[in-house]
Amino acid sequence: MGADVTAETGWVGRSLPRVEDAALLRGAGRYIDDLGTPAGTLHAAILRSPHGHAAIEAIELAAARAAPGVVAVLAGAEIAALTASLVVGVKAPMECWPIAIDRVRYMGEPVAVAVARDRYLAEDALDLIEVRYRPLPAVTDPLAALADDAPVLHPTLGGNLASDRRFSYGEPDAAFAEAAVKISVETRYPRNACTPIETYGVVAEYDPGLDAYDVLANFQGPFSLHAVMARALKVPGNRLRLRTPPESGGSFGVKQGVFAYVVLIAAAARTAGAPVKWVEDRLEHLAASVCATNRVTRLDAAVSAEGKILALAWDQIEDCGAHLRAPEPATLYRMHGNMTGAYDIRHVSIRNRVVLTNKMPTGLNRGFGGPQVYFPLERLVQQIAVQLGIDPLEVIRRNLVPADAFPYRTATGAILDSGDYRAATDAALRQGGHAELVARRAQARAEGRLYGIGYAAVVEPSVSNMGYITAVLTPAERRRAGPKNGAQATATIALDPLGSVSLHVASAPQGQGHRTVLAQVAADVLGLRPQDIRVITEIDTARDAWSIASGNYSSRFAPAVAGAAHLAATRLRERLARIAAAQLNVPADEVVFAERRVRARDNPDNSLPFARLAAASHWAPGTLPADAEAVIRETVFWTPPELTAPTEADEVNSSLCHGFIFDICAVEVDRVTAEVRIDRYVTMHDCGRVLHPGMVAGQVTGGFAHALGAALYEEHAYGPDGSFLSGTLADYLVPTAMEVPEPVILHHETVSPFTPLGAKGVGEGNCMSTPVCVANAVADALGLADVTLPLLPARLAEHLFAAETSPPDRPARPVAKPGERQLFGEGSATVEAPREKIWAMLLDPDTLAAVVPGAHGIEKLSPTNFRADVTLGIGPVKGRYRAEISLSDLRPPKAVTLTGGAEGGLGFGRGTGHVTLTEEAPGRTVVAYCYEAAIGGKVASIGGRLLDGAARVVIGQFFQALATQAGGGRRGGFFAWLRSLLPWGG
Amino acid sequence: MPRLSAGQRHRVSFSLNGRPVAGEAEPRLLLSDFLRGVLGATGTHVGCEHGVCGACTVQIDGVPARACLTLAVQAEGADIRTVEGLAPAPGRLSVLQESFREHHALQCGFCTPGILMSLDAFLRQRPDASEAELRYMLSGHLCRCTGYVPIMRAALAARDRLREEPNA
Amino acid sequence: MKPAPFDYVRASDGAEVLDVLHRQGADARILAGGQSLLPMLNMRLARPAVLVDIMHVPSLQSIADDGTALRIGAAVRQAELEARPDLARRQKLLAAALPWIGHAQTRSRGTVCGSVAHADPSAELPLLLVALGGTVHLRSRRRHRAVEAGAFFTGMMATDRADDELIEAVSIPTARPGAGYAFREIGRRHGDFAIVACAAVVENGRARLGIGGVADRPVAQDMPGPDDEALDEALDAFAWALEARDDLHATARYRRELVRRLGRATIEEAARCRA
Ligand code: FES
Ligand code: FES
Repeated sequence: MGADVTAETGWVGRSLPRVEDAALLRGAGRYIDDLGTPAGTLHAAILRSPHGHAAIEAIELAAARAAPGVVAVLAGAEIAALTASLVVGVKAPMECWPIAIDRVRYMGEPVAVAVARDRYLAEDALDLIEVRYRPLPAVTDPLAALADDAPVLHPTLGGNLASDRRFSYGEPDAAFAEAAVKISVETRYPRNACTPIETYGVVAEYDPGLDAYDVLANFQGPFSLHAVMARALKVPGNRLRLRTPPESGGSFGVKQGVFAYVVLIAAAARTAGAPVKWVEDRLEHLAASVCATNRVTRLDAAVSAEGKILALAWDQIEDCGAHLRAPEPATLYRMHGNMTGAYDIRHVSIRNRVVLTNKMPTGLNRGFGGPQVYFPLERLVQQIAVQLGIDPLEVIRRNLVPADAFPYRTATGAILDSGDYRAATDAALRQGGHAELVARRAQARAEGRLYGIGYAAVVEPSVSNMGYITAVLTPAERRRAGPKNGAQATATIALDPLGSVSLHVASAPQGQGHRTVLAQVAADVLGLRPQDIRVITEIDTARDAWSIASGNYSSRFAPAVAGAAHLAATRLRERLARIAAAQLNVPADEVVFAERRVRARDNPDNSLPFARLAAASHWAPGTLPADAEAVIRETVFWTPPELTAPTEADEVNSSLCHGFIFDICAVEVDRVTAEVRIDRYVTMHDCGRVLHPGMVAGQVTGGFAHALGAALYEEHAYGPDGSFLSGTLADYLVPTAMEVPEPVILHHETVSPFTPLGAKGVGEGNCMSTPVCVANAVADALGLADVTLPLLPARLAEHLFAAETSPPDRPARPVAKPGERQLFGEGSATVEAPREKIWAMLLDPDTLAAVVPGAHGIEKLSPTNFRADVTLGIGPVKGRYRAEISLSDLRPPKAVTLTGGAEGGLGFGRGTGHVTLTEEAPGRTVVAYCYEAAIGGKVASIGGRLLDGAARVVIGQFFQALATQAGGGRRGGFFAWLRSLLPWGG
Repeated sequence: MPRLSAGQRHRVSFSLNGRPVAGEAEPRLLLSDFLRGVLGATGTHVGCEHGVCGACTVQIDGVPARACLTLAVQAEGADIRTVEGLAPAPGRLSVLQESFREHHALQCGFCTPGILMSLDAFLRQRPDASEAELRYMLSGHLCRCTGYVPIMRAALAARDRLREEPNA
Repeated sequence: MKPAPFDYVRASDGAEVLDVLHRQGADARILAGGQSLLPMLNMRLARPAVLVDIMHVPSLQSIADDGTALRIGAAVRQAELEARPDLARRQKLLAAALPWIGHAQTRSRGTVCGSVAHADPSAELPLLLVALGGTVHLRSRRRHRAVEAGAFFTGMMATDRADDELIEAVSIPTARPGAGYAFREIGRRHGDFAIVACAAVVENGRARLGIGGVADRPVAQDMPGPDDEALDEALDAFAWALEARDDLHATARYRRELVRRLGRATIEEAARCRA
């Protein structure tokens, strides 16, 4: 199959300019936000939770509904009335809604949707929605979430553990018992995402006559989620028409997550009675699209004295965030067949737990499950080398799957299709200049510099088996649910009356140039030029051939989609050949398609134009030979037979193809700043047959940049209270051209026997190999056993800087941990006023009105409870808040505790202050206070850098005002007092 | 100019790619939204609306600037150039655009218009820009697809080509 | 992510600007380059009632060099200053620090005075102003005054500017013969907010070191010269006095260490580069 296209003269394998580019370079791309919308289309904006975890006690929509231009405002109850919970992928009693119902579980979770004439007005309406939250304790750490006393996100689940499965392959216990040494690593892989530059977009419409939805979304698949959306919208599949725009501004998996918003906006359109458009903004995207899972892993290895790994024991705790949203926990199972990486290891045990925490729900993200697995695995390999005193390259070589073992069945069930890992590794070392790097390291170290070299060998799976995720179910549960497997790819090729060729695939590209490659593939088969083929890649579920596996994920394009297109073109050619045979008067197998003509193999002059043959079935079906049907359109569904359902023993061939990558990274760590500089990065790929070298290079450099971001810069960071801390692109640090070096890209090709064109996926590999390779290099440079990503200079610096002693006159204050939004402060002042006077003030609403910064009026709810409307501002940042203050532990006139909270559009704060009054001399009082405050919300996620300081200013303002009110003023003694309040002094 | 009041639309006119254009805008309307939504010039993209990603970069009076950090009313009377104005003729691409195509310097193309507008201005201003200077200028843009390697190549190739034939 | 409504006034002379500020005070914001203000408007962190666009006021558009200082008007863009051919000669610190401010695509619009008005504690221009002992010129309908940079920045995004005052210009001292200047900055990525930024002046064997990104405002302090063994102790005391804090991108400890190490390196570089 496919042998005929490997001809030297073929189009496939050449870096042709892309057909996509002419329009994109002129600004004529058709992304979702560029397409016209039906007249009367309204615009939605979404109100989002400022809390990581809180109960919604009341939500007031009337004012927003009455605002100018507003057509509808919906909260959880309204959405729930029109929809059903999204299906959850594990057997567990919990629901998953696209909007908060009664409770918010992560910061950024949708709370209400406003629909108005334009986006500006819709956002104005959000300002008028009043939500009363009752904050609940949050849990953001996956281990903490498993504790008995952890706050529970989904009470119906009874805890935060959504799934717990154990697997055993071979005889791991025996292997561990007999092994010479046991070596372990414990790692925490952080959260990050590939953040496409175009955000999510949805345009939805509802037809009440048909009870049908028509949705345009820059969704990328997998289209298995179409079923989830249709069920949530409570319509049969044929009443949810889902279309994708021709262009999408990147996805890398992330746009899978738009599906939850499809449901939300579709329901809003139904209520509004008009088409509704929503384009996610960047703040929404960072806080509430999807990101990759963070994972805590303990990996034990049974190792021989020579460094041969005999068995692995995995204990993985996967953090899927606040909801287990389909297709999760797929991240945890995508690699299930490859848990031994590139190594020949026959005994494996695995424990997989899935936990829920107060963070954004997770989903597809380039590398999907790979980085989380390879980080511990390749750290382990490095540690084996260090602990046994063997060169890490030797450990790698001794364990690689040998070349004669392919196709190789892994212990956990994958079939590694092809490869020669040792040859590829040796070639990488040679061509990548490894010897020179080793010399540089020696030289640098001799000069006292910090230089290190890291390696990573990984297997890159592609074309996911739709059945792998069912490994999360027990064999018995799987039997009940019915088998799931395969990876249906579809392609339709059609001929029009002028004999030109159109090709459609359900691949929903997000910038990967599918149209160019498919034109090359079909042109080769049909003897045409790529420009003769018109390729359509967007999807319309109402009209196109598609299946649950359709879409653009798991690097399935080159191996599966291009393969299906090749099959469709080949079938079309075979059928055309039969017609041509009659016209040329030769047997069908002697018909040759070349140079836009169809000719007899042995007589080139006996030929006719391709277009003429191709048009024949339109114009003159009656003249076709008796054994040939009309040839107008050919649709192919292709699924590889190797992708079978998981076995009773839980073995699963989770992916069809397995590329191989071997990376070398050399770094220098700056002694002064602890910054990591990549000296050289070499990445060797075996991705099977290369269909378009330019695009393959682009996939590698693009994936490498993502991975470098994950290694050095990017993290979706959360405070322990659930506040999201990386809410803007000034805090979520995407590397720029200044940060990304050019990697040395090498290839070692072994053709996949399982795919029509011999290609394997290539787009995700560096996201799997690079983070750990950089970490290994830094570990080598600094001699570290533990490294955590991202490799923050401040974190590395702890290993470089000598101990620091604080000057004696500076008592240690409680210091908040990085990212922790807890503030502490204390101070005291001497006030020229009698103690009783100050005491009386503290209990007097008028004084409080005067001292609470920005208070518009204080309402006394009880002698010790006050409520106020306050406007607070730091510089230009101003917001209105509802504040409540209560006094407790009153010990007149000596001490009192003030507890307060404020909540408003920009965020919230809660705090407790203890004030003690001591009479130093008659008419002179020492006011001492200490406070503890927590702040969060919108400002915390978009201005965290400034927030702590801002809160201190506000708290400072409060005490300053108190002092002023007490009869002092800003001058004199009070000025000194004020200075002492502010931690930085005057 | 009199005070333009909030909540009302006011006429804004400027030159877009050499042609006079006009439309109505509230004071708060961003230039990016005005270009895309009012004038229908959707080539300028929006990726962050806080000035970091660079997707919305246009040229205002000849210099690259963020359309998302500019109000439409601020552009009154200005000379605005966008990606739609780069190609010398329909069916032809500029040297820079052609170079991007040759070097596969775009994948999804979403970041591309902004990058082209920056490079176009920079190469005109500094035809002899060094690789380091180009890279530094490029750091005002985020691209998530390419890893920047092909973009740098395209920029260098365009620089060289423009140096040889400055009027190309 | 769209701004809340506001009025817009495109002022054509200074009096018009001061009038609006006089009448609306804190509810008015000056719109110059907009590179700090627009993100805040888009995120609805700021909700002014009116914006006064000063970029068309002729009297605010000039840079004047009186031999001892550059007086930079409120409508002067950062790129314009950066493009002055004699900038490195007149004040090396400006030439060294300007490329660190955001990106070329924001300096093209952002103004020098706008950055000063915004008073971000890690911004470069406020740091230079403080390190060099510059002046902020403020004008309102009531008065005109000049405030020393050290007194102008009062805290996190807070300044001594009254609500009705316009920052008309800033004066940045030019290089003095015999003095050396140097600037260094560490951020996570290029163009990011500084984790630590150092601006040093060395003159007559003494040093002055300004630090941005650590305290709630830029702070400058006189220091022993690079050859003085008291320098390390002074740097250590300075590092502690700045009350560094932890955040997402760096720890307090790291910041202190950089104040010591980078501070020293910057002072040494300034001493080497003496004019
Ligand atoms: S959209 Fe303007 S910089 Fe990102
Ligand atoms: S090409 Fe997709 S972001 Fe640059």
